Amino acid sequence: MSLTEELLAQNTLSLDSKIPAGSVETKWDAYKSDMRLVNPNNKRKFKVIVVGTGLAGASAAATLAELGYQVDAFTFHDSARRAHSIAAQGGINAAKNYKGDGDSVHRLFYDTIKGGDFRSREANVYRLAQVSVNIIDQMVSQGVPFAREYGGLLDNRSFGGAQVSRTFYARGQTGQQLLLGAYQQFSRQVGLGGIRLFNRTELVDVVVVDGRAAGIVVRDLMTGEISSHSAHAVVLATGGYGNVFFLSTNAMASNVTAAWRAHRRGAFFANPCYTQIHPTCIPQSDESQSKLTLMSESLRNDGRVWVPVNPDDNRPADQIPEGERDYYLERLYPSFGNLAPRDISSRAAKRAVDRGQGVGPKKNGVYLDFSDAISRLGRDVVEERYGNLFEMYERISGENPYDVPMRIYPATHYTMGGLWVDYELQTTIPGLYAAGEANFSDHGANRLGASALMQGLADGYFVLPYTIGNGLAPLLNKPMPGTDHPAFKAAEQEARERFQGYLDSRGTKPPDHFHRELGKIIWEYCGMERTQQGLEKALSEIPALYAEFKTDLRVTGDSSSLNQTLEKAGRIDDFFQLGMLMCRDALDRNESCGGHFRSEYQTDDGEAERDDENFAHVSAWQWGGDPMKPVLNVEPLEFEAVHLATRSYK
Amino acid sequence: MSNVLTNITLRIWRQAGPAVAGRFETHVVDEITDEASFLEMLDILNDRLVTEGKEAVVFDHDCREGICGTCSLMIDGQAHGPQRGTTTCQLHMRRFKSGDTITIEPWRASAFPIIKDLMVDRSAFDRVIESGGFITAETGGAPDANLIPVPKPVSDAAMDSAACIGCGACVAACPNGAANLFTGAKIAHLNRLPQGQAERWGRVESMVETMDEHFGSCTNHGECEAACPKEISIDVIALMNKDYRKAKFASRKDLARQ
Repeated sequence: MSLTEELLAQNTLSLDSKIPAGSVETKWDAYKSDMRLVNPNNKRKFKVIVVGTGLAGASAAATLAELGYQVDAFTFHDSARRAHSIAAQGGINAAKNYKGDGDSVHRLFYDTIKGGDFRSREANVYRLAQVSVNIIDQMVSQGVPFAREYGGLLDNRSFGGAQVSRTFYARGQTGQQLLLGAYQQFSRQVGLGGIRLFNRTELVDVVVVDGRAAGIVVRDLMTGEISSHSAHAVVLATGGYGNVFFLSTNAMASNVTAAWRAHRRGAFFANPCYTQIHPTCIPQSDESQSKLTLMSESLRNDGRVWVPVNPDDNRPADQIPEGERDYYLERLYPSFGNLAPRDISSRAAKRAVDRGQGVGPKKNGVYLDFSDAISRLGRDVVEERYGNLFEMYERISGENPYDVPMRIYPATHYTMGGLWVDYELQTTIPGLYAAGEANFSDHGANRLGASALMQGLADGYFVLPYTIGNGLAPLLNKPMPGTDHPAFKAAEQEARERFQGYLDSRGTKPPDHFHRELGKIIWEYCGMERTQQGLEKALSEIPALYAEFKTDLRVTGDSSSLNQTLEKAGRIDDFFQLGMLMCRDALDRNESCGGHFRSEYQTDDGEAERDDENFAHVSAWQWGGDPMKPVLNVEPLEFEAVHLATRSYK
Repeated sequence: MSNVLTNITLRIWRQAGPAVAGRFETHVVDEITDEASFLEMLDILNDRLVTEGKEAVVFDHDCREGICGTCSLMIDGQAHGPQRGTTTCQLHMRRFKSGDTITIEPWRASAFPIIKDLMVDRSAFDRVIESGGFITAETGGAPDANLIPVPKPVSDAAMDSAACIGCGACVAACPNGAANLFTGAKIAHLNRLPQGQAERWGRVESMVETMDEHFGSCTNHGECEAACPKEISIDVIALMNKDYRKAKFASRKDLARQ
């Protein structure tokens, strides 16, 4: 009996992924033909809450409002246009095959499954690849200024982990342009009255009545007021949890609170240990640094990665002769070279730095050198391709990358784990849905470049508007609990007490102190390489630091006006609890796959070694009343359309 | 290589709420590495204030990559500080020197009321977009993307103005508190594209009139262009004005025939 089967027998809840019958190509059509519909005149009788206004949230809210549902949308930002989707640089994948280079829905599907190291759900990924083509059509008709060729047709480029050109882009600002497209469509509905927008309002709890999501409790960040909102369905499109590492490429306010509060109310949290470390970020310069900045993966098309062979070599880069440089990616992965996938490139950089070959004042980076490209192509060509990125690098580091090589180092970038959802993107709480980075569904153990934007928009535009209708249809004219229900009052009271508790703790250290220390533990033991010993250590250090957080936290100000220190305290509390679950999940998964690399499980040449016999399953964790006592449930992954294979990029 | 700056005096605007009077408060930062960003300096100051039992300085910020448009700040009287084409979050302390006194204020514009300290309410921008800053294209009915060819120069020009991050520096820098650069940028993005033609005239009319309800009038100072972190050209204002005049004075039926 495999471990998966053993664990499956112990599930506390039957995890029904609701995958439609039939071949993978026909499942989504079959679903749409069979689903229940809500008559256009009845849609206005339903209220849907959408939390988060990034790509997934804004597109879902706009589409649901167009269909006629009443939508209440919430964002903690001042405007719906600020969400972190905006920071995506490179592009968005779609199986358009506009280049005639052999792309197809099946190929995008396969690349995504393989890139995810065979740890995602086939049916969901196939649907993602199918609707990818609709996304491009939709965004172009909204006026997103994608890059064009001289004939006026759309341009494409290629990205890591693919052998075709299927990435659509808008300069280095694809995320911004897509988000603004969705935001504009969203704003149109705000103007028409289809969406009520609650800005600077943060979710602090999810309310469940009789086993069904009944609404949410929110905190008005400007007044501190805690209030309730009820609805027939709730969508969480609240992003990922990369900021658990403190230093990441995520925006400062990105947090896990919405997903975590839902988890505590019964939503299972899947595969929290699947986190992605992006290889090309600017290394940390000092202790005070608040976040890391990503430099687009596209730079690896022309930049060469190297470190000095001799760890004690302190000469400037241009004085180190060729023979004393180690171009380690080209050496280890000759066929993909500097374009090896993200997880592989990141680990190789870490190993070089760990060997003492790091460069820069803190010896915490590797070189990304453009001098060959400049002498081969000329400075003008390099400037045309990467000018804005070079400028950004210079602004941050103070060094000119035309003259000296860039220094880069991996940083946390994206989280593949998230709330467990079924084929309808519904969590284990009926009526509660999760979309975009907040759910776990499509990227398995590693996400390919240019796929995050695709998934956010797929969920919001082309999946949820169908599946939510299917869930709402049977509720027509049935009474729903209002915000006067005791469950709302109890959740409000609990939230008030929680925030008052942070203010009352009167310790000595600000929230940032705890966040930074937590991040160090997670990065050290649950970052790019994990070991049983390290994870066990993390699982003793985090609770100890959490206990200190509870007694020694200092939050000034009050709870009845805008208080950013208090906001942080609440978010860090939830990061602590998530951190424990992440380490537990990483400890439990005795294999290496994608972004989850356990040193004990590697091949002779240092590559990830999966254990399909025992770990071809989703680990969906149930809240057990204490962050150190989660309850494991599993969903076995069945592969019908693809064969499990070892990933190789050599 | 990094250097340490010493003895930086910060004069920071503190204001408890929209309805109360504000004042400058002075803090000295003894030491700060020039690798730190401007906002990291404020983070350090805030941690110190909280440790001393004082309230942290409230300021808006998020991505710290110069793209989300959340950060603001008038630094020594300049929107986003002294470095051209750079948001506050991308400004680093190497632009300053030891012993400097730096004055930090919120955006000053009547359309952007102060919420607290350095944070202002920019939702008037959202009202402008809601009034017409979109192309009506409801989900589901889009034709194949390559059925709408867009000449590259048109697409590039649309992208130039679509780069606006909605930060509000243009309004803050304008002596009249006008939002013509912001509004013009969105109109220039959408009105240039073939997809934007159907709603072109209604869009400009509605957006300009909503803008006028909230913001001051443009008198061609050009401060907005100088302050814009994305270096959007005031040409977009000319285009907006041209389209607005056409929309107002020509017959809509005739315009459609052009």
